[in-house]
Amino acid sequence: MSTDASTVTRADVCAAAIADAFRDDGEIFASPMGMLPMLGVRLAKLTSNPDLVISDGEALFLAGVPPLFATADVVEGWIPFRKVFDVIAYGKRHVMMGATQVDRHGNQNISAIGDWARPTRQLLGSRGAPGNTVNNRTSYWVPKHSARVFVEAVDIVSGVGPKRAKEAGPGAARFNDIHRIVTNLAVLDVKGADDTVRLLSVHPGVTVDEVCAATGFELDVPADVPTTREPTMEEQVVIREVLDPRSLRFKEVPDQ
Amino acid sequence: MSKGPRDKRMSIDEVVGELRDGMTIGIGGWGPRRKPMALVRAILRSDLQDLTIVSWGGADVGLLARAGKIRKLVFAFVSLDSVPLEPSFQRARQEGTIPEVVELDEGMFQTGLRAAAERLPFLPMRAGLGSDVLVNQPWIKTVTSPYDEGHGHEELVAAPAIRLDVALVHMNRADKHGNATYLGPDPYFDDLSCMAADRAFVSCEQVVDTAGLTVDTPVQRVLLNRMMVSGVVETPNGAHFTTCTPDYERDEKFQRAYAAAAGGSDEEWAAFEQRFLSGDEDAYQAAVAAFAEEGK
Repeated sequence: MSTDASTVTRADVCAAAIADAFRDDGEIFASPMGMLPMLGVRLAKLTSNPDLVISDGEALFLAGVPPLFATADVVEGWIPFRKVFDVIAYGKRHVMMGATQVDRHGNQNISAIGDWARPTRQLLGSRGAPGNTVNNRTSYWVPKHSARVFVEAVDIVSGVGPKRAKEAGPGAARFNDIHRIVTNLAVLDVKGADDTVRLLSVHPGVTVDEVCAATGFELDVPADVPTTREPTMEEQVVIREVLDPRSLRFKEVPDQ
Repeated sequence: MSKGPRDKRMSIDEVVGELRDGMTIGIGGWGPRRKPMALVRAILRSDLQDLTIVSWGGADVGLLARAGKIRKLVFAFVSLDSVPLEPSFQRARQEGTIPEVVELDEGMFQTGLRAAAERLPFLPMRAGLGSDVLVNQPWIKTVTSPYDEGHGHEELVAAPAIRLDVALVHMNRADKHGNATYLGPDPYFDDLSCMAADRAFVSCEQVVDTAGLTVDTPVQRVLLNRMMVSGVVETPNGAHFTTCTPDYERDEKFQRAYAAAAGGSDEEWAAFEQRFLSGDEDAYQAAVAAFAEEGK
């Protein structure tokens, strides 16, 4: 069933694209960081991949799929931070993190901007990005695709892209799996030539040229770039009526 | 006559009296969650200096940095959750006022504490490989596996033991001997921090008798055994303004005021310090209670 493009919001396209990133993961712990990733993961669990294991972002595995930021109904397990590290090493996890910078080779920075010794802007710190990226599948969510985010080389490598992982040896490369980079404009991966960021699809209403112009390095652009699929009517209803009835998603991805 | 285990109850000031300039101090909890803030505040009031602070950081790191107490910081992140970037920590990093900084992966923290707790010099792990953790901390070495499991002799990070002189942690309940329970959702790594330390001091919401530790909660919640603990201090609301679930949640209104002052002008910070941090813990709690009444 096709939908009227004019009724589909960009936020819902992003949510469906994020859900698709988790569609083929099977029975693993889906760890979304941030609102749209949480929405997309829960959408996947209610549609394409009911086997996903999800948490409340604190310490509980949720059996049900509550709306964004709602408290748990049925709980199916305990996942305090120490067990998160266990699961990272175990490998049955797919994390979607944010990224202040992503570079041509899919390295990510959430640590600081500028020189590490004395940054011009201190951010969070590298958190678990170094460990995530050499242990379990990792994707990134970028709500504002721009040349400030997509830079030739990140200032500090928190998350490790495939080229650096290979250079560090099999211990790093064996489980390095940078899966998707979903932005407000497009879907990308890091399977371009020489392990570079590659354009997979552009969202409805976005052109390839616009994405290239908003990217601070030369993107690997295949000859044929499809349009990101629109969410189905079922997905739109699930997003609107079940997961995000308060329309919080538009704070992160405003409607055009 | 049988004698029970010794009574380890102390005052806040007695705990801080055990600390020395230059010590390596591990602070328990996680970000803005169940932090031993009453003990941190007491350090702020003390003459202590040149401390090495090891923390999954929140306002504990921010406050100590702002007060110039930190010579070396070992961290993976510093965050207040609802305020993602800790303003005092940001300022300290951007102004270069923390002389030495060690930035680890947050899982490497756990592995490093575990190595120390197990009296090992390091434990192997993957985290750090390929990242700038190994570039900015070139003293962190790799180790080659003596075993080939079909992928060659893998090169792994030798996550260094994080040995602590002192661990400071905050729990919901403790007995006078140092057995202690957490009642919230997450134990964090407080047991590991205590075992990685030469001495551990536990602040708690309430000191109860030993039977009281498990009267209304399963024995699995007794995270700390007294053999890991050197001192116990009762500090009601002592984790404020971080979470201490289920006794209380994070004081978001106060945290917003802290973040605004810390991110504001020198005058705004001085006013915050004067109002909340110029007296002892009782004065702090009274000022917090008065602040909570405002706007009601």
